[in-house]
Parts: sequence; structure tokens; C-alpha cells
Amino acid sequence: MNHLSSETFDQNAKAALADSHLRGALKNATSLFGERRKAAAASLPNWEDLRSEARAIKDDVLSHLDRYLLEFVGNAESRGAKIHWARDAAEANSIICGLALERNARTVVKSKSMTTEETHLNDALEAAGMQVVETDLGEYIIQLAEEPPSHIIAPAIHKTRGQIAELFNAELGMPLTDDIARLTSTARATLRDRFAAADVGISGVNFAIAETGTIVIVENEGNIRLTTSLPRIHIAVMGIEKLLPRFADLDVFLKLLPRSGTGQRLTTYQSYITGVKRQPSDEGPEELHVVLLDNGRSRMLAHPVTRQSLACIRCGACLNACPVYQQVGGHAYGSVYPGPIGAVITPQLMGIQKAAQLPFASSLCGACREVCPVKIDIPRLLLHLRAEISPRQGKLSERLAFKMWAQVMMRPSLYKLSSVVGRVMQRFFPVSKAWTNGRDLRPIESKSFHELWSNE
Amino acid sequence: MKVSLFVTCLVDQLWTSVGVSSVEVLRRVGCEVEFDKRQTCCAQPAFNTGYLDEARPVARRFIEIYEESKADAIVSPSGSCTAMVHHYPQLFAGDPEWLPRAQAIAAKTHELSSFLVRVLKVEDVGASWQGRLTWHDACHGLRDLNLKSEPRKLIRNVRGAEFVELEHADACCGFGGTFSVKYPEISVAILDQKIDAIERAGVNAVVSGDASCLMQIGGRLSRKGSKVKVMHLAELLAADARG
Repeated sequence: MNHLSSETFDQNAKAALADSHLRGALKNATSLFGERRKAAAASLPNWEDLRSEARAIKDDVLSHLDRYLLEFVGNAESRGAKIHWARDAAEANSIICGLALERNARTVVKSKSMTTEETHLNDALEAAGMQVVETDLGEYIIQLAEEPPSHIIAPAIHKTRGQIAELFNAELGMPLTDDIARLTSTARATLRDRFAAADVGISGVNFAIAETGTIVIVENEGNIRLTTSLPRIHIAVMGIEKLLPRFADLDVFLKLLPRSGTGQRLTTYQSYITGVKRQPSDEGPEELHVVLLDNGRSRMLAHPVTRQSLACIRCGACLNACPVYQQVGGHAYGSVYPGPIGAVITPQLMGIQKAAQLPFASSLCGACREVCPVKIDIPRLLLHLRAEISPRQGKLSERLAFKMWAQVMMRPSLYKLSSVVGRVMQRFFPVSKAWTNGRDLRPIESKSFHELWSNE
Repeated sequence: MKVSLFVTCLVDQLWTSVGVSSVEVLRRVGCEVEFDKRQTCCAQPAFNTGYLDEARPVARRFIEIYEESKADAIVSPSGSCTAMVHHYPQLFAGDPEWLPRAQAIAAKTHELSSFLVRVLKVEDVGASWQGRLTWHDACHGLRDLNLKSEPRKLIRNVRGAEFVELEHADACCGFGGTFSVKYPEISVAILDQKIDAIERAGVNAVVSGDASCLMQIGGRLSRKGSKVKVMHLAELLAADARG
């Protein structure tokens, strides 16, 4: 699969900017999502209260995560679910592959799950000899294209209708068409057979309810309902932060999540799964396995500033609102979590050295914070990460420049001198090409305001 | 009321008419204006780039200078630099000596339009300017200081000016301080959305509350040979005395 690296964000971004198809698709999709979100939020008079309420619930969960996890585990197990704890991605993948292999599974259907994208589960399953089929339409498209997702809720957001038609033509042999209904029904027909044949269904989790042991998954296509009910075995993979204390807490989150994500009041389907079937005549899988993934989350939890990154409910609103994401799209970030929240989470998950560019890929405009349904102060987190990175990993020239800058700003005499020097330098040396390639530079004034004030 | 003007390093060096205009407007509404010549920068470039050890002494110096002032308020023609001063408590979190001092200075520091409308309750400064203009919401003024109606009230009272709302007025111009030189191509790509909206608005001038955004927008407009002028709110509000 064609994975770009976070380490080359600058190069990835330049390539993205040169891709007119990508930019057209991004512009349409992000502005549509953005407008719908705005309208949906405005339809509730107490939107701001809901955001505060949701954040308070998440803060409670995160400060008592140990207790809520054990409560969830106890309740889920008593309803027949099997719980697996995974320290990291490799452990999660090996647990899941092991479960599938032990049952002689050949085919796996998957519903969209960012957590399994995070662990690169598909690669592990395929390496174990399994045939894996993504059943979310967007995920199915990018699986056919052998690409990673580029958006948290709309994985194929970077593709135009024409590109999808060409892909279906090449991969599924359907005649070229730009009729969306026909493209969709072809994918649907192909996927139906896969569901029927699958041995294992793997899903993500939107919310896990501690007091009942229930997992909740929301969707629009019905593929999650099929993934979690048709195969004999259902494996649900979730980050440990996905908990909510009480069933009643869903009220707030189910108002916020669909409105923030797609601008919907409700998603078409909501699946509530509590354990396994009780009697043979009941519907549903025989086995339910829940994999609880840490993979760096307890490290984020330990730090008082970064802890709030775990409040994220993966709605994708910050991506749509971000001026940088709107221009470069998700792949440039080189992470399954792109955009503002990705720039916060990725360095914490992958290690700060591997994603040191991402926290700087923001103008700090604050649009992400404004739309976040759980009020994560993303700019504050970006600043926190920048302060972790710059003094250690910043270019030597930059570190020296800021040391000099501080000296100049501390001393009015040096400040005055540097403004005179600046005026002269500007006349003889080309100023930063980085600026002047796209923009004219305003010349330094012949007299500073300090001087004008003295002359008054 | 006595105010101490924090003109910002950017205005001091690159756009002095914003400082001159700020003084004019403040005097016109009855303020006594002082200017402490020891002032330099608010420390934002270092703070936003992650150099807190460099930002702190510069911020401490800002605090010390303005603690000595007898002025009732510190006023600055920049939402971004004002927001930085409001972030000082974050920079000195857990510091028992500097945190309260930072909080006190932050509480005294106001962006120009906010000072006029919220503190002085002045919405008409008696300005006049002929032409059609629009307003760009600079991000830090808008989202850190919650300035939305204040500049618009002031602009609507400028005689002769026809105000039109900019499409996506609240969208970032792509400046973002060091972001604009770290990722110049992305910065300009974002900027071009703003430029397109300004061109569609069919205005003579685009007005904003931050010289930094105006440098970004103006730099692209001038590169494209556009006739649209960029103007700081202070310049617009002072337009009268100077015609």
C-alpha cells in the first residue's frame, strides 16, 4: 500500500497542492461537510451546553479510566463477551489474527474502523493468509485503490466521481459511468456476497458503556449491522478512551457526533451490542470479542496537557474546518489521523521524532477548536507539542535566530539598531524567498513609529 | 481616560501609519495617549514557534514596563498581539511570582476595536471614507478575543463607506506567523481562497484588525496587480482628519 510518511509532510503537501483533482474534491467535500455541520449545530438551541456537557463527561472518564474500564469489562464479560487487552498495535493484530486462525477463518469482512487503520490490521490479516474485505463504501474504494484513508469519517474524500468510475471499471469490470447510483449499487451487490461468505466480522466502536457493557456503533450504510451480525464471530476493536459511564450519556454524544461529522441529526443505523446471543434461536454471532487497545493512549493520559486529546470522538469536523487540511488533504499528513487532531495525536502515537513537522502544519487559526464537539483546545495542544519539539529538534539556524531575537527584543538599543540594519539589508539582499515567491513584501518604513513619536 | 499604546513590533517597523492612526483615533475619542519607548515585541513569534525559554523573558519585560505605567489601559492595534498578552498566564502557569502579574497585565490589555466599543462604549468615531469596503476577521481577534460585532459596528458608522460582508470572512488568510515561511506554498494556497473572495466582493478596500494578515493579503493582491487596497481598521477610523 502506498503510505506517505509524516516525516516528509512538506514534500507530501507540495505534491498535494499540485494535484488539481485532489484539490477540487477536497474543496467540494470539506465545504459541504462544513456547511451541513453549521446548519445541524444551529438546529439545536443548546449546542454550546451540549459541548460543555460532553467534555465534562469525557473529562470524568479520563480521570477515572481505570475504574470505568473494569466496570465495562465486568459487565461485558457477564453478557458473554470475551475481553482482550492489547498494549500496542502489534499485540492487537496478533490477538485478532490468532482468533481468526484458531477458528480456521478464511475471509474477514470489516466495517470502517480508524483504530484498525491505526494498527494496520489489514496488512497483518493478509499476511496471516486471510482475505479481508472492507465493507464501508469509502473504505472499499480505497482498498481497491490500495490507498490509506484520507479523512476520519470519509476515507475516500480525496477521490472524484470520475476517478471512482475508472477504479470500478478496472477492478470490478463495470462499464464507465458517472451515475453515482449505479456505482453504489455495483459496490453493494459485490459486497453482499462477501458478507454471506465471511467467517469473521471486525468492527470498530464509537462508544462503550461501562454500566451495561454495551458497545455502540453508528453508521449510514448498514454494512456495520451486517458485519456485526452475519458472521459467526464478531471482533470489536476500540481504543481504551472510548468509554462512557452511563447509557444515558449517549444522549449528549449521539446529538453531537452525527451533527459534527456529516451534519446529520441521526445516523441511519445505530447498533447497540451487549454480549452475545442468549439462546440458539436468537440472531447474531456466537462469539463477541472486544479488543481494548492502548497503543500510547495511557502515555497521553498521564500528561495533564495532552490528556484532552483522548476526548476526541473522531467526528472529523476539525479536518473539514482546517484551512491546511482543506488545501492538502489527509494523505500529506502520513498518518491515519490527519488534520488538526491528527497533528496532535500522531506525534503522540508514533513518537515525536517521526511526526515532528505536523504540529507546525497549522496557522493556529483556531477554527478546529471552534467546531470541536468536545471542546478540545487543539491550538493549545499544538503549541504544547511545538514547545516539546523546537528546542530539541529545531534547525540550529532557527534556534540561534530565536536566541538572537530574544536578545534584541530585550534591549531597546539593539532593537533600534536592528531596525536600521534591517532597512539597509532589505535594500541589498533578497529577503526570504519563502515569502516573496508568492507575495510582495512590504518594505521596512524609513522611520519607525518610535522615531515618529520622538519627533512629535 | 489615559491609555498606553502598545504599537506592536510589526507596526513599528512596517506599517507606522497604523500607529499614527491609532493615536489619532484614541485622542479623538478623548483619551490621553502615552507611548513607552522601551517597548519592543509581545513575544508571540517565539511562543508560537515553541521557544518558550526565549518567549518568557520578553514577556516578563513587557509586564515590567507596563506595570510602571499609570495608564488605565494598554491598547494595541492588533488582535493577535493582544491575544498573546492574554496568553501570558499560560506562559507563567505554576509560577507564583509571575502568574498574578501576567494576569493583571492581561486584564488591562485591549485590542483597539474592543477598547473603543466595549470599554469606552464608542461606536462612532466620526470617521469618513468614500468607497466600498469589506472586513476580514483576523483569527486571533475573532477566536481568542471574540471580536466580531465590535469592528463591524465601528465600520458601519464610517460616513461614506459602503460595507459588504466578505464571503467566509472568518476564514484564515494563511499567515500564521512562522507558518507562512515554514510552509509558504500552503500559506499562499489558503491565501488565494481569501483573495478570490475579496475579488468577488468587488470592493475598493479590505479592512482588518491585524497588520500581519494585511501584509499577507496585501502582498498577494499587489503581486496579482489588484487595485483593491488593504487598510487597517485604525487607518479607516482615522480617515477624516487626514481626508
